[in-house]
Amino acid sequence: MAFQSSGPAGVSVAVFSPAPHIQSPARRRVHLRTLLLIVYLVLAMLPIYWMLNMSFKTNEEITGSFTLIPQAFTLANYQTIFTDSSWYSGYINSLIYVLINTVLSVTVSLPAAYAFSRYQFLGDKHLFFWLLTNRMAPPAVFLLPFFQFYSTIGLMDTHVGVALAHMLFNVPLAVWILEGFMSGVPREIDETAYIDGYSFPRFFLRVFVPLIRAGIGVTAFFCFMFSWVELLLARTLTSVDAKPIVAIMTRTVSAAGMDWGVLAAAGALTLVPGAIVIWFVRNYIAKGFAMGRV
Amino acid sequence: MTKIRDNRAWLLVLPVVLCVAFSAVLPLMTVVNYAFQDIIPPDKHIWVGTEWFQEVLRDEELHGAFLRQLIYSGAVLLIEIPLGIALALSLPHSGWRASAALVLLALPLLIPFNVVGTIWQVFGRTDIGLGGMVITKLGIAYNYAEDPHDAWFTVLIMDVWHWTPLVALLCYAALRAIPPAYYQAAQIDGASRWSVFRFIELPKMRGVLTIALLLRFMDSFMIYTEPFVLTGGGPGSATSFLSEYLTQKAVGQFDLGPAAAFSLVYFLVILLFCWLFYNFIQNVGRDTRDGPDGLPPGA
Repeated sequence: MAFQSSGPAGVSVAVFSPAPHIQSPARRRVHLRTLLLIVYLVLAMLPIYWMLNMSFKTNEEITGSFTLIPQAFTLANYQTIFTDSSWYSGYINSLIYVLINTVLSVTVSLPAAYAFSRYQFLGDKHLFFWLLTNRMAPPAVFLLPFFQFYSTIGLMDTHVGVALAHMLFNVPLAVWILEGFMSGVPREIDETAYIDGYSFPRFFLRVFVPLIRAGIGVTAFFCFMFSWVELLLARTLTSVDAKPIVAIMTRTVSAAGMDWGVLAAAGALTLVPGAIVIWFVRNYIAKGFAMGRV
Repeated sequence: MTKIRDNRAWLLVLPVVLCVAFSAVLPLMTVVNYAFQDIIPPDKHIWVGTEWFQEVLRDEELHGAFLRQLIYSGAVLLIEIPLGIALALSLPHSGWRASAALVLLALPLLIPFNVVGTIWQVFGRTDIGLGGMVITKLGIAYNYAEDPHDAWFTVLIMDVWHWTPLVALLCYAALRAIPPAYYQAAQIDGASRWSVFRFIELPKMRGVLTIALLLRFMDSFMIYTEPFVLTGGGPGSATSFLSEYLTQKAVGQFDLGPAAAFSLVYFLVILLFCWLFYNFIQNVGRDTRDGPDGLPPGA
């Protein structure tokens, strides 16, 4: 009833409606949009479904015929991964360096993003753009210099080494995203906090960080994601002790006679850690504007 | 927002500068060195000036790859940015539906590049893959391994599938950060849905859209693993983009000098495009700030 009217006539009810999208002219569009989302998600899930489907099949079934659901359902592919240490250690190695990278990237980027969003200082614009340029460098030819450099300083084949190398592309992104979110928070909040007697660290951690937790959630997720899927640097900088899962999978690809089933199972398992991360940060992403809490 | 001039802010930026410089500066210097030298193993370095640059810039094969790359990256941006915005607008705001949709949406992002190529390699096959099978059943002749156009489209669809969620997630986070008061004010003014989008949501998304656009541009301009796993750059050279060419030079033929010169040119081209995009979006944003909405500027 309240939503039937539109335009100025609807003002008195509209003020009380918390969700501004639900007003009459938009109503049909809301349905269209939901439809778009559902169609998109269904289509997007098809390749993933196919990977899961393959992971429960035998190699003969995968290459032999087209079957929508596994005819000879098997868990052997997963068993291979969970029992063979060269497989599961890959997951552990990847998780370790990805987590180190995410924590470090977000931690060093928070103060920097604050500086960029709040202060003018010598060379700030140049510095900001220089940071971004590090993401633009094509990785292929950087591999050899990277390899030489890391060998010299003894960081080859360590988790910290890969985590540091991945900061090259994650830190600029983190600073960039966080700066965007911080610029959305009005300056008055900083000033009010100082008048209330907050010290800078206390203000930053107690007031400011909670305000931009949506941004921090997105940033952490993207750092995790980009480090998790990166292949070239991770493969070049590791040999045994820190060898990531992506590199182990390439080895299977190049081996004579492709082991599709195990590869699909390994691929399916690469989804798990990221899905857990996005599940945890989803509330931060979706929570929205938190001004009222200060 | 007016900023305070204070050079002590450098202290806040210092950790980031050190971290990035640690990994960035030395390799870049090495590449610059290679680009101007002829290296004869083990340790003979000859200064060759701009010879490698001239060689690279005259390369016909490279011109082809560059053109393919431009068309490809353009197509990626034209599809992924509008689609990502539309998805962000249609995601539910709260509740289990929002959580479920977010997680599902983000899943393709979490698959490593090589696995993406492998999945699509099977998924697109007309004999054992769901995607290829459905397309064939619809009466469309499709074979990504033999037809260059099919291969090119497959790589494009694969990219859209893999990376549109990135645009959608960024935009969604920005949309969620808009204070409800803005919407209420718009309703009091009797603003249409389109005006709300044009004068509130779009300006608020300007920051993340810059990020999304530049990220998608850079990454699609450097695409390597997915087409390589899918078809090895073929059939012919239909999906052999710039990185593929660079890797052939650097790793395949071990032409370090030309490869280094090429990667510097490559780097500068990306830099130039990003700079143009960046300024373009900033200027568009400036017009919007003075929009007739009467609301506070893009804050």
